[in-house]
Amino acid sequence: MRKVLIAAAAMLVASVGAASAQGKTKVGFVYVGPIGDFGWSYQHEVGRRELVKALGDKIETTYLENVNEGPDSERAIEQLARAGHKLIFTTSFGFMDATAKVAKKYPDIKFEHATGYKRDKNLATYSGRFYEGRYIQGQIAAKMSKTGTLGYIASFPIPEVISGINATMLGAQTVNPNIKVKIIWVSSWFDPGKEAAAAKALLDQGADVIMQHTDSPAAMQAAAARGKFAFGQDSDMIKFGEKSQLTSITNNWAPYYIARTKAVLEGTWKTGDVWGGLNSKYVVMAPYTNMPDDVKKAAMDTEAAIISGKLHPFKCPIVAQDGKTVECKGGANLDDGQILSMNYFIKGVDDKVPGAK
Amino acid sequence: MLLELIVVSVIAASTPLLLAAAGELVTERAGVLNLGVEGMMIMGAACGFAGAYFTDSTLLGALCGIAAGAALAAMFAALTLGLAVNQVATRLALTIIGIGISGLIGAGFVGERITPAPHLALPGLSALPFVGSVLFGQDAFVYCSVLLILAIRWFLYRTRPGLVLRAVGDNHASAHALGYPVLRIRLLAVLFGGGCAGLAGAYLSLAYTPFFTAGMTAGRGWIALALVVFASWRPLRLVAGAYLFGAVTILQLHAQGAGMGITPQLMAALPYLATILVLVAISGTRRMAGSTAPASLGVPFVPDR
Repeated sequence: MRKVLIAAAAMLVASVGAASAQGKTKVGFVYVGPIGDFGWSYQHEVGRRELVKALGDKIETTYLENVNEGPDSERAIEQLARAGHKLIFTTSFGFMDATAKVAKKYPDIKFEHATGYKRDKNLATYSGRFYEGRYIQGQIAAKMSKTGTLGYIASFPIPEVISGINATMLGAQTVNPNIKVKIIWVSSWFDPGKEAAAAKALLDQGADVIMQHTDSPAAMQAAAARGKFAFGQDSDMIKFGEKSQLTSITNNWAPYYIARTKAVLEGTWKTGDVWGGLNSKYVVMAPYTNMPDDVKKAAMDTEAAIISGKLHPFKCPIVAQDGKTVECKGGANLDDGQILSMNYFIKGVDDKVPGAK
Repeated sequence: MLLELIVVSVIAASTPLLLAAAGELVTERAGVLNLGVEGMMIMGAACGFAGAYFTDSTLLGALCGIAAGAALAAMFAALTLGLAVNQVATRLALTIIGIGISGLIGAGFVGERITPAPHLALPGLSALPFVGSVLFGQDAFVYCSVLLILAIRWFLYRTRPGLVLRAVGDNHASAHALGYPVLRIRLLAVLFGGGCAGLAGAYLSLAYTPFFTAGMTAGRGWIALALVVFASWRPLRLVAGAYLFGAVTILQLHAQGAGMGITPQLMAALPYLATILVLVAISGTRRMAGSTAPASLGVPFVPDR
């Protein structure tokens, strides 16, 4: 029987006492947000539920939601370790140091950290190649835009967000070399009110396709209210914009969670770093909707080309904003390290990276 | 044209702050410091959404939101007024409870949709350029917030019960000696504040961004608290404060979209910076500082028997 515990300090203590010995392997999850965010944490929770469906007779799962990044997370992770969990997934970048620390203390327990780069014998990392989906979105957006201006709601100027903007523009430029993008940084992953206000501001200023790197469906709804197009984020947001959503990059963690849990059950678990994209179905595009057939076909062709490896969104040469060509370390395209540390905009983005000189 | 759109956005962004702050202003004028606006707001957002979801009525949803905010306020009142527990600690605890319970109530509604609150459409008037959309095209919550402020102002300064409420806030011992039921008046003020915060939350989940997700108030309750201080406990200054805050928030987004090249981190801090500057300006001017905090604010009242 699965045991679901809510992240409250008291409950945490209780969970230690409640550690049952039914012979089932215990798997723990730590989420940074509420599972009700309809975004990042929600998708991890969907993955956990799929895992229970697949292996529920052999395992027992526990999740802790709303765990703050920082010292709190170390306590939460350690509690799960002490309560007898054999495999623990920590699902936010900010849990990295805490996970690494606890992993050192409990060498017999396997740890999995999402979106980080610190690994150990018993600590693996995993993430999604979301930029692949953004490239497709860029192509669709450029085809659907009448004003030639895209609106982009961004959270923080970290490499994942910057590479997302660049991938979008690279895709868009294949359709319209003069495409423009207006970027608004809302300095938050999750503030529905502000996201909606940002979407409205972008629409007011002439952008007619809205894309976002924040987590709520507010922007989708704002675009829908104005009869404009938008892309969802993290999960399929079609309900919030039936006539507006073009597609959505959805995060699909279930295959990874099931595979890794099976490996633990069978004793074949090994550390590693998995960065799965459309190819491994970690990143899944929601159905292509509200677009003419030719645009839909082009999107599907691009998706197929990325999956088969024929097309890489960061195909060389990449020209940065300052006009210099970026060094091509990956042969025909930028290598993973370059994508993971991207801190510059490509040519064609008028905005400046915040904080860059 | 752009100005018109900006003004409409500013009004929408300011309204939840104004509604929540208006209630807190009355609560504090009665001498009770209720730091739990954020908790009551998110409860209002969750229950308001639930109400509207089941009844398909924005009005009933809003009433559910008001009731939820008032219910949490009643819990606060029982502890701080009835048992004279420390107000700050109680309220912080109840904020956390509010956020937790709202997440629990709202969990079943995440990803669900409701019909957004209708906007007023007056034939002829709403079609007028500029004033049409700004004055005659808002949703009911916006008009409600303006009426609420006017009513509070009238109540506090033009009615006898308003005078008594202020007296309770300024000197509860004297008010008690004169035979006024201090605790009952404070209870009503706390409930009123809770209802307003609940209404503000309902505005978020029913009109501003018509859906519910956990934590969707994103700190607006705390801003509402600061606005009350900012307004030096005066209703009309509260309007100025809320709209100033809303305007800076929206304008910084537009400035970014227009590519003005100012760092977004600074932009995000601007509304708060503006608040601090105005606070300094207010306290620096002797005349403006005429009305300061209610003298008994946050002091528990235990009647002698």
